Amino acid sequence: MCPAPSSDGHARAGHIGARVVVVGAGHAGVQVADALRTHGHRGCLTIVGDEPVLPYQRPPLSKEHLAPAEGVAALPLRAERHFAEHRITLLTGVTVTALDRRARTVALSDGGDVPYDALVLATGAVNRALTVPGADLTGIHALRTLSDADTLRTALLEAGSVLVVGAGFIGLEFAAAARRHAARVTVLEAAERPLARAVSAETASYLADAHRDAGTDLRCGEAVARFVGDNGRVRGAIGTTGAEYEADLVLVGIGVEPRVELALRAGLDVADGIVVDEHLRTADPAIYAVGDCANHPNSHAGARLRLESVQNASGQARHVASVILGARREYAELPWFWSHQGELRLQIAGVRLPGDDSVVLGDPATGRFSVCCLRGGRLVAVESVNRPADHMAARRLLAAGPVPAPENPHDPAFSLKRFAQELVPAP
Amino acid sequence: MPKVVFHHHGDTSTVVEADAGSNVMRAAVQNGVAGIVGECGGQAMCATCHVYVRESHLGALPPISEDEEEMLDCTAAPRDDRRSRLGCQLTLGEGLEEVEVDVPGAQL
Repeated sequence: MCPAPSSDGHARAGHIGARVVVVGAGHAGVQVADALRTHGHRGCLTIVGDEPVLPYQRPPLSKEHLAPAEGVAALPLRAERHFAEHRITLLTGVTVTALDRRARTVALSDGGDVPYDALVLATGAVNRALTVPGADLTGIHALRTLSDADTLRTALLEAGSVLVVGAGFIGLEFAAAARRHAARVTVLEAAERPLARAVSAETASYLADAHRDAGTDLRCGEAVARFVGDNGRVRGAIGTTGAEYEADLVLVGIGVEPRVELALRAGLDVADGIVVDEHLRTADPAIYAVGDCANHPNSHAGARLRLESVQNASGQARHVASVILGARREYAELPWFWSHQGELRLQIAGVRLPGDDSVVLGDPATGRFSVCCLRGGRLVAVESVNRPADHMAARRLLAAGPVPAPENPHDPAFSLKRFAQELVPAP
Repeated sequence: MPKVVFHHHGDTSTVVEADAGSNVMRAAVQNGVAGIVGECGGQAMCATCHVYVRESHLGALPPISEDEEEMLDCTAAPRDDRRSRLGCQLTLGEGLEEVEVDVPGAQL
């Protein structure tokens, strides 16, 4: 049991003895607890995770975890004893069923109630479901959890033809992994290009060609109208163009929805995620949201955003821990992201918005280039394909504040690393 | 079984055994070795599994890839031109049965 740390029953946020409950045991949730302890928090600290396993790293699940070689064990986020050593109560296989804002308690699926002075919602997201006829056939999968990845890896060992629905990051990473299993791989994308909302047209076009060159049948402007099967097992799909596709394994990767049910039922604002302010706090001063589920004002984008990335989860988690301990800074970490698709290493620094201009550095034909995304005379984001030096330079540049657009990016001698060095000298 | 010795500031050390094919970062994270984070899961993206490899093991290490090279310029603790590596890039097993590393003072 967790005694109330102050006589009025509620410790104020900013108190190192505050009772903190974190809902969600992904990257964000685990990092919140870690950062609290690292910075001197001593109060009761509970993480509630709904998966029945020790918290684990998600990025490898759509990449090397699917490799044909004898399965690599999942990488834990922290060793099991870490939680006990830091007096973090980790509940696994338990969900929060209700949130009582007046009493400041959460109700758990195992029957318990846990009081809080600060509550952090790190509930993440769920995969968007495809609601077409036949979507419930056996052999149609989604990928989010370790259990999903284990199931898919086993299924890939047997699969002859794989159909991926959606050419987003998960779909393309999975397609690359499936090719290593020597399966025939088809990817259907409803939009006219892959990653339409996530990357520039230049990068998208390069990625599409690279996947096709590697043997993937990538079809844009095509969605699934219905799946067909035998005896309850998927056999293929009919596209919205009328084309037929064979498949004994289907992966649906058409994006996610933030998990907001708890917040909604508690009367908190929800608009593409749980609405928080620049301190990652909801309208209830005792409740925060971080990671995939949080819709926050992003200073780098100059807009409200909901980001799905390890950087965002970890960065917001560390920030919210500092806020709970009394800091007053606004969240301002630079968003960055990566995706490995076979031999392709895509890295993105900053936030590109639709309508931004693009300047390509290097020659995409060499398989190594970057795209500078420009808005209003400023450099706002850099996408790099197999050019890690550009990515790291961009991260350093963009994190330091507004960056003027480079004057001579078309000059073959232009180097983003040197540009960064001139504007933001290394320490 | 491959073995990794993590030396911490102030003369303490942790000895960890790992499967062949694993790497220094995984061995640390799976065993809860303090001071190694591995935030990106071993993708050479975050530079939070930075280690200083002890001199006697430098000859046995795999070469530094371009990704690792760039990340090593962005470590929280200062880079040592000879000894700094990312633990996730040091695959254990053949050729690297045992390695001793010093854990830096900061990863973030």
